[in-house]
Amino acid sequence: MRRGTSEYALWSIGIVLVLVFALIPVLWLVSLSLKPPDAITDQRFIPAEVSFDNYKSLFEGGIGDSPFIKPLINSLGIALITTLVAITLASFTAYAIARLEFPGKRLILAGALAIAMFPPISTVGPLFDMWRSIGLYDTWPGLIIPYLTFSLPLAIYVLVAFFREIPWELEQAAQVDGATPFQAFRKVIVPLAAPGVFTAAILVFIFAWNDFLFAISLTSSDASRTVPAALAFFTGESSFTQPTGSISAAAVVVTVPIIVFVLVFQRRIVAGLTSGAVKG
Amino acid sequence: MEASAPAHPAPASSSPGRASERTRSERRLAWMLCAPAVVAMLAVTAYPIGYAIALSVQEVDLRFPDQGGFVGLDNYRAVLTSDLWWTDIFNTVFILVTTVAIELVLGMAIALVMHRAIFGRGAVRTAVLIPYGIITVVAAFAWQFAFAPETGFVNNLPLVSDEMDWFGGRFSSFAVIIMAEVWKTTPFMALLLLAGLVTIDGQLYEAAKVDGANAWQRFTRITLPLMKPAILVALLFRSLDAFRVFDTIFIMTRGAQDTESVSILGFNQLISRLNLGLGSAVSVLIFFCVFLIAFLFVKGLGARVEEGRPGG
Repeated sequence: MRRGTSEYALWSIGIVLVLVFALIPVLWLVSLSLKPPDAITDQRFIPAEVSFDNYKSLFEGGIGDSPFIKPLINSLGIALITTLVAITLASFTAYAIARLEFPGKRLILAGALAIAMFPPISTVGPLFDMWRSIGLYDTWPGLIIPYLTFSLPLAIYVLVAFFREIPWELEQAAQVDGATPFQAFRKVIVPLAAPGVFTAAILVFIFAWNDFLFAISLTSSDASRTVPAALAFFTGESSFTQPTGSISAAAVVVTVPIIVFVLVFQRRIVAGLTSGAVKG
Repeated sequence: MEASAPAHPAPASSSPGRASERTRSERRLAWMLCAPAVVAMLAVTAYPIGYAIALSVQEVDLRFPDQGGFVGLDNYRAVLTSDLWWTDIFNTVFILVTTVAIELVLGMAIALVMHRAIFGRGAVRTAVLIPYGIITVVAAFAWQFAFAPETGFVNNLPLVSDEMDWFGGRFSSFAVIIMAEVWKTTPFMALLLLAGLVTIDGQLYEAAKVDGANAWQRFTRITLPLMKPAILVALLFRSLDAFRVFDTIFIMTRGAQDTESVSILGFNQLISRLNLGLGSAVSVLIFFCVFLIAFLFVKGLGARVEEGRPGG
């Protein structure tokens, strides 16, 4: 069959539809966030006039009074620490699985897979109780620990897939030259593995950045509440007004940088998410 | 892609004693490297689920700390005989089946476009990754504001009644919830399917074309059968994920209009009502449901789960 103009037209329509559908909620949030408070209910997709009042009110009062600055710091700090620790631990494990021969390898991979299927709600109650009795409730580590647990399987699988692509002979060469297995790991494999590590880091960061269930269950104040949880507790000017404008502005602030980041590194992320089958 | 696992170099030593020592030290190193991650993974899963089981057979209500004690299966009996649990199970399964079915069709279409597009492959990949990068709660707010009668533009669209109160009824709420979930998670489904799609040998299609098969025949006779393992794994992971649905419902309705999911029920019992005993029974039951879904996929449908990978 000839690839005619009708086929091109069909593809174009399909691609445009996908793009529009993907972008609508983002554009809608931007539009809402730019509407002045009295126009928030005008139901227009494109704002009639543009105002930055919603953004100003987000940051008003500095770190002490702003409802948004502290959660933003919490979100960034918790997600970054989670990423750093998870990637370090997952790199060790993935290296062992990809490069070393040892009993228990399949068990670790199967266990990681089982944890990926584990329903987080089943751990929320016990964690809530445990964290309150050992003082981790409403702290950064109180969120970092569960995030670690649930992001490690993803990180391990992505890293094992990448590590298996690394030329094995180079490490042997280093060992022949007198490097210990650990030196071979640090000086040869780590630089070669950097792209894979970076990909896994993006995925872990997005996971921790996105979580809502643990964030509302294990925090109670701005001491550790992250942005998704804080958004759910935003209040309007009075108890009768919806904080639609400020939620939209906050949503745009936390969304646009991630979208830019995701788009810049899209090839890596797709590679990470499709890095496919791993056999023990 | 299938990683070609390099054959492990057998220690090329003539002395078997040295070889086994080398093997032993390699094992020791491997276990040391794995230990921290294994501990971190078990600390917040194995121990808490054991703790949840222990809590679920006791009366533990933090509002009445003096009461308590072993109550056997009373909490389970209370949950399983309540209408609320079964309503929530229905809601959760309804949302699961609808979202995963829609996602399978949309995700397959997007995966095919990304794999075989004549042009615009980059544009589709970009579009697909936007929902992936957005916080679920933010997406839920965006759709809620879009459909809310006071602020939303949806009721202004042609063919939609201006008066439509989307969150005033059960199934219209479900429609918005399902749409938001589909929007957020179709990219992941598409990428999982794409991973299966790229493993199909392109020559099969050429051969089929020579034999006169049309596009639809090539899809149903080549693509679908060869992708069955990838499809089953994608369905399994998305089903387990959809069974946990929480964020979107919490933001949009908080379970009003009978739209509560089992995760919301667990959260309400545990965190809002501080009834750890009853809430833990719900948690353990959810755990068994997830186990059952995985078991059905693996034993019933033959999903080769070891070929899968954790979702993002």
